[in-house]
Amino acid sequence: MVARSDPRRPPRILEASHLFLLLLSLLAGTALAAAPEEGFDAERLQQLGERNLRVVEQAVADIAASGAPESLEVLLALRDGRLYRRQQDDVIVVANRVDGVMLYNDPLLGTLGEPLAEDEVTVIRVSNRIRRALSAAIASLSLGSDDATVRLAAARQFIDSPDRDLLEAIEDALEVEEVARVRQALEVARAATIASDPGQPDDARMEAVERLAEAGTSRARRVLLSMFAEEDSALGLRRDEAVAVIDRNLARWQRAQDLWYGLSLGSVLLLAALGLAITFGVMGVINMAHGEMIMIGAYTTFVVQGVLRGISPALAEVSLLIALPVAFLVAGAIGVLIERTVIRRLYSRPLETLLATWGISLILQQTVRTLFGASNQRVETPSWLSGSFEFGQLMITYNRLAILIFALVVLAAVILLLTRTSLGLHIRAVTQNRKMAESMGIRSDRVDMLTFGLGSGIAGIAGVALSQIANVSPNLGQNYIIDSFMVIVFGGVGNLFGTLVGAMTLGVTTQLVEPTLGAVAAKVLILVFIIIFIQFRPRGLFPQRGRAAE
Amino acid sequence: MKVLRSGFFTRLWIVCLLAGSGSAMAAEGPIRVGILHSLSGTMAISETTLRDVMLMLIEEQNRNGGLLGRQLEAVVVDPASDWPLFAERARELLTVHNVDVVFGCWTSVSRKAVLPVFRELNGILFYPVQYEGEESERNVFYTGAAPNQQAIPAVDYLREVEGVERWVLAGTDYVYPRTTNRILEAYLKQQGVADEDIMINYTPFGHSDWQSIVSRIRAFGSRGKRTAVVSTINGDANVPFYRELANQGVRAEDIPVIAFSVGEEELAGIDTGPLVGHLAAWNYFQSLETEANQQFLERWHAFTGDSRRTANDPMEAHYIGFNMWVSAVEQAGTTDVDTVIDTLIGVQVPNLSGGMAEMLPNHHITKPVLIGEIQSDGQFFIVDQSEDLIPGEAWSSYLPGSRNIIADWRPPISCGNYNTETETCGGAQ
Repeated sequence: MVARSDPRRPPRILEASHLFLLLLSLLAGTALAAAPEEGFDAERLQQLGERNLRVVEQAVADIAASGAPESLEVLLALRDGRLYRRQQDDVIVVANRVDGVMLYNDPLLGTLGEPLAEDEVTVIRVSNRIRRALSAAIASLSLGSDDATVRLAAARQFIDSPDRDLLEAIEDALEVEEVARVRQALEVARAATIASDPGQPDDARMEAVERLAEAGTSRARRVLLSMFAEEDSALGLRRDEAVAVIDRNLARWQRAQDLWYGLSLGSVLLLAALGLAITFGVMGVINMAHGEMIMIGAYTTFVVQGVLRGISPALAEVSLLIALPVAFLVAGAIGVLIERTVIRRLYSRPLETLLATWGISLILQQTVRTLFGASNQRVETPSWLSGSFEFGQLMITYNRLAILIFALVVLAAVILLLTRTSLGLHIRAVTQNRKMAESMGIRSDRVDMLTFGLGSGIAGIAGVALSQIANVSPNLGQNYIIDSFMVIVFGGVGNLFGTLVGAMTLGVTTQLVEPTLGAVAAKVLILVFIIIFIQFRPRGLFPQRGRAAE
Repeated sequence: MKVLRSGFFTRLWIVCLLAGSGSAMAAEGPIRVGILHSLSGTMAISETTLRDVMLMLIEEQNRNGGLLGRQLEAVVVDPASDWPLFAERARELLTVHNVDVVFGCWTSVSRKAVLPVFRELNGILFYPVQYEGEESERNVFYTGAAPNQQAIPAVDYLREVEGVERWVLAGTDYVYPRTTNRILEAYLKQQGVADEDIMINYTPFGHSDWQSIVSRIRAFGSRGKRTAVVSTINGDANVPFYRELANQGVRAEDIPVIAFSVGEEELAGIDTGPLVGHLAAWNYFQSLETEANQQFLERWHAFTGDSRRTANDPMEAHYIGFNMWVSAVEQAGTTDVDTVIDTLIGVQVPNLSGGMAEMLPNHHITKPVLIGEIQSDGQFFIVDQSEDLIPGEAWSSYLPGSRNIIADWRPPISCGNYNTETETCGGAQ
């Protein structure tokens, strides 16, 4: 093991070295045989910075094959854009963030590194072609990682691009693998490698096809489709059959997936409409500035993130949780201000309210445009909200799941507030019979103010959630105002349960129609549907009954 | 009614007369350059920069002694992203301010709105943005890319270098994506791509829920053939689209997206993480390492006082257009519109990628084609550059309706849509 006796090896790689030992023994029969004896050298490293992409590609392959312990670190750095050229001497250095400071170290010397100014280094850029070469190289190097997710990613990489030279490495890894899902992926990877290799005996390939059919994933399907098999041979026929079975299976999952997308879109509509369900649904104010309250919530998130970044970068992960109450208070306070100054004077004059709130919405948009500029603002996504997981063949993204849960929690909180607290009792009393409520000693104008503030505040926290999926720009609110009104009118004005059902119905219908008719037609169809629906049930799905309906 | 109308025309005539005498009297005053870009409304994000670059170019020209011994004066108006207002402001520039040339417009619809005005009042418009082609006007000079200078080379790059065999043509539902996709579809089929290997998808403006579309693209891309998305998605809808791709685990190495409307300006200030590795095709990138570009950037940063201010493709188009106009005026010795229009054809000025841009008889220019991959700092890594400059084609040779149409504003043809088969002008329907 040449690498182990290398005196330049940095001490902090010591603990990882046994992994590389394992890895080297795995690769011994394949890659290492072709590798230069002394690991990789300064020349290979320099080649990573070449402009000629072919040279870079070759250098990546050579470095991966060298088996030197620094290989993985260098290749990961290149993929993640952390590999730089130091300008003073053209040496290639790896950047690492240590305690918030960028340190640049020479991977061949293995020093901890030195801080450099931004203009003393130039980043080494990679193209897709190099990225592909890197994925393969990194996958082969990370089969021996002690992180199961890294091994899983490696196994998936092998399924996506089967390489017969790696068959032995995969089989060796299978022998020591203990985590079930990684084992499973490795077995599929092994089957994919055998199936795509025409040099393997037919019965082994047949068995591999069976294994892929059993896996039933779209990954396995892709392998089956791209593998070479004679048209009418037993292997070819079995392959076609397997693809057909997977297709049927995937079509079922696709329907479930569309349903999930529908629920997800529905939850976004629900969240956007909830604040309006209070200001318009409960109070009866045609609030055209509702969208701008969402927008203010989103900008609050942006500002909160900026402030937190100034305090400590570690707070970025919880910035959304901190932004929630802040956005509620900011949007709520602006709502109270609007109610006190404008809307209070216009109760029972719906047309004027509509015009006044429309004007307010324009003022708020232009104010934000003047303060923050017309372009989109960058709101960061915490790592726990990015990415996705697979449930069977369902792909569920974390941010959408979080929004669905969040929307339901907010809905439940609002219902509880309206039915179980004294403020809720007052709100319902005032909206049902203002005169009677006043004579019972309820200060109705104070209740109006708080109700409008509550609706605006809820729109504000919706803005925090929507900042994760929409563009944070002054126009953000306009994209949601029409949909919000549609949901409430469809569900029944004044009925929160109706808002829930309305949002989910519209969401699911849109997503089920979209794949066949396209997004534009889906939008048109939904509008036509609502127009017709309102003709027959002008009060929506769940109309309010009794005296409150007046 | 009749009386009223004649009254109106008399007044118009008087206005014209005054305007004419005005320009005659102003012969020794400054030469006026109109700038017709939205400074408010939705398009302000993109167009404000173009006003700034025009102001810089005019200031520099004045510092170097002006033009024909006279100073240049910028006349800036704000059409506020409102298409009818573009026509009104254009009329104002040409009749009230008597400008000698106008640089302006961004969207195709704003260009279409001002065309009748420039035709009627005989002005010159330099249009700096890549567009769908199928047009050539005597009064307009197109310094942005025609489809054969952006879309077709982009597809060629994916076919030849990335080995792409399956195509998703995704766009926003309006004229530019529809025309471009029509051309691309015809081109791909001509190259032997089967119907089932092309998927076309249109979405409304500002579309934000991309879940099911991205999932279809993912399914479309898992047929064992390399797949790419050619995106003419416009404006704000782009960020949620790329974000959804990243969330569903679609990486640029698997299914690259090549975009025609995503540039440095659009990438400034957004989280570029999910976009890294996706491509864009333009005729200029800020990351060009030519000396001309480095100098230009230095001047741009000095003028704006902001060393992080981005530069983009339409800015270079204005840079080229302005220098072409200056050169034509110097050559002609006058700013007279008809003389300058005739002189402009054949004018050559350096572009920022190290070549010479030439104004062609069809009022389009020659341009290199660059393919760039988005990097995490919002800049592009140039992975391909055409060897020669490509002449802009006003009429696509891949569309059945315009195959026989050419534009040539030199005599004896002097026509923007000349049918070479019937040898008549106005053959395009």
